[in-house]
Amino acid sequence: MLTLTPEDRAAAAGEQGAARAMAMRIVAETGRLLGAGRLIDIASAHIDGCLYHGDSGVAFAERLVAGGGRVAVPATLNAGVLDLCQPGTVKADPHLREMGYRLQSAYEALGCRPSWTCAPYQAGHRPAPGQHVAWGESNAVAFCNSVLGARTNRYGDFLDICCALTGRAPEAGLHLTENRCATVVVDTGALSSDLKAMDVFYPVLGAWLGAAVGDAVAVIDGLPADTGEDQLKALGAGAASTGAVGLFHVAGVTPEAPTLAAALGGRQARETIRLTPAKVRAARDRLSTVADAAVDCIALGSPHFSIDEFAALERHLRPGKPKLPIHVCTGRHVIDELERQGRLEPLKDAGIELIVDTCVVIAPVLPAGGGVLMTNSAKFAHYAPGNIGYGVVYGSLADCVATAYDGALSRDESLWR
Amino acid sequence: MIAAEPLIEGSAEGPVLRFTDPISFWGGIDPASGRVTDPQHHAHGDSIAGTVLALAATRGSSSSSAVMLELMRGGNAPAALILAEVDAILALGVVVAQEMGYGSIPVLRLPAEEHGKLATGRAVTIAADGAIGFG
Repeated sequence: MLTLTPEDRAAAAGEQGAARAMAMRIVAETGRLLGAGRLIDIASAHIDGCLYHGDSGVAFAERLVAGGGRVAVPATLNAGVLDLCQPGTVKADPHLREMGYRLQSAYEALGCRPSWTCAPYQAGHRPAPGQHVAWGESNAVAFCNSVLGARTNRYGDFLDICCALTGRAPEAGLHLTENRCATVVVDTGALSSDLKAMDVFYPVLGAWLGAAVGDAVAVIDGLPADTGEDQLKALGAGAASTGAVGLFHVAGVTPEAPTLAAALGGRQARETIRLTPAKVRAARDRLSTVADAAVDCIALGSPHFSIDEFAALERHLRPGKPKLPIHVCTGRHVIDELERQGRLEPLKDAGIELIVDTCVVIAPVLPAGGGVLMTNSAKFAHYAPGNIGYGVVYGSLADCVATAYDGALSRDESLWR
Repeated sequence: MIAAEPLIEGSAEGPVLRFTDPISFWGGIDPASGRVTDPQHHAHGDSIAGTVLALAATRGSSSSSAVMLELMRGGNAPAALILAEVDAILALGVVVAQEMGYGSIPVLRLPAEEHGKLATGRAVTIAADGAIGFG
């Protein structure tokens, strides 16, 4: 039974304006649906609702603006449908361009930071361990909970901005300590340390995890202590694409899992899954929808490519231009950093096509009519067929770049045997 | 008759469409028509518009609320949603639709193990108290 404070009730009654009233009603109704006992204060928000899915979302955001809405806590904005830095990137029809622009302008008018990235945690938005926040965008939620140790549920579009406008969120789900303990153990002891050292393993592990556990909290045991931030980011993005994973633990790596027992909260696991090389290979194969097809382009950067991922890309570049386009999706925070370091122009000169503020599966960037893209991202692999009608070949970053230069599919199979 | 728990009250009728595979509305349902676009889903090509949609599990994107709202605005939403577990993402789309004047649909909770009683194509009625009746 949800109990609102006098302040919550006053906000819902309109004492702080029409926008905050509507936002509070939506937060409270969601709290009731979730069975929350009360609302809690949040420290920040990440807003996914700024991506255009239809005119209804624009009408909603503009109603909040018209009602005098203003965020009560710092809020970053997720990728939108437009590349505001390079207007020619997105081949939007006039309606999409106008509505996308109106939507994104409305969210800025509400006081959100125009970060336009699905990796806000690499754009300076890093809440402290244990802090309650309200984040949208499934990969950002997984990273925020799992890698930062802050506490958020999987906030859907609309609820994210309503929490930001009110500074309140339902106390339910992953905000509660008892729901953050792992119930499933994933034992990776049967996998080679060579495989676990490779970036290409982590999106596959994530895609397998999401399909295997759904929305359960798992602790993965046996990964290297130096598993990197971009590897965890790829793991979470894969898991949140194929499943509803909002939190995972990696024993000895992530903040709520100093040990396996700690991640389990001292309880017995409901289930232990022994991950085998065969299961990993099968999960990898599921990320590709076509075999031996001609690849039309390379798509990298879901979640948005980090500064370190650009460094890895630079190491694989060869002299001359690639035969196939290499599209790299990233945020303006990374573009600014590349420019400061003098790396932006060389990347452009090498023929790398940069897509900023948006990406290839949420906006019409790639040629219409379909084709085949090759990617090292489980999230791109998962969403490209349904969203943009492209077939997918999954491979490592090195495979992707080699394919672009060779003009024909090149994959190193030795790792997976 | 099956007694389900009303999460969002309302009455409705329509043919059952039962999904056993999890679905993400974002990337899986066309917001402009209600058609299933996820090529790996068993209902690929079917439309959820006007159905009593029973979902054993949902997954994926938090943008699914926006797809739900757009379906409500365009009149392409299911007639009712039957969820195995409370999903604040899809139900939220309905809550926002109410605020925006796009109408409402009943949202019920029914444990997944009881979804087998709901055969795709079967005409059912939903009552405000959550009772699912067979016509």
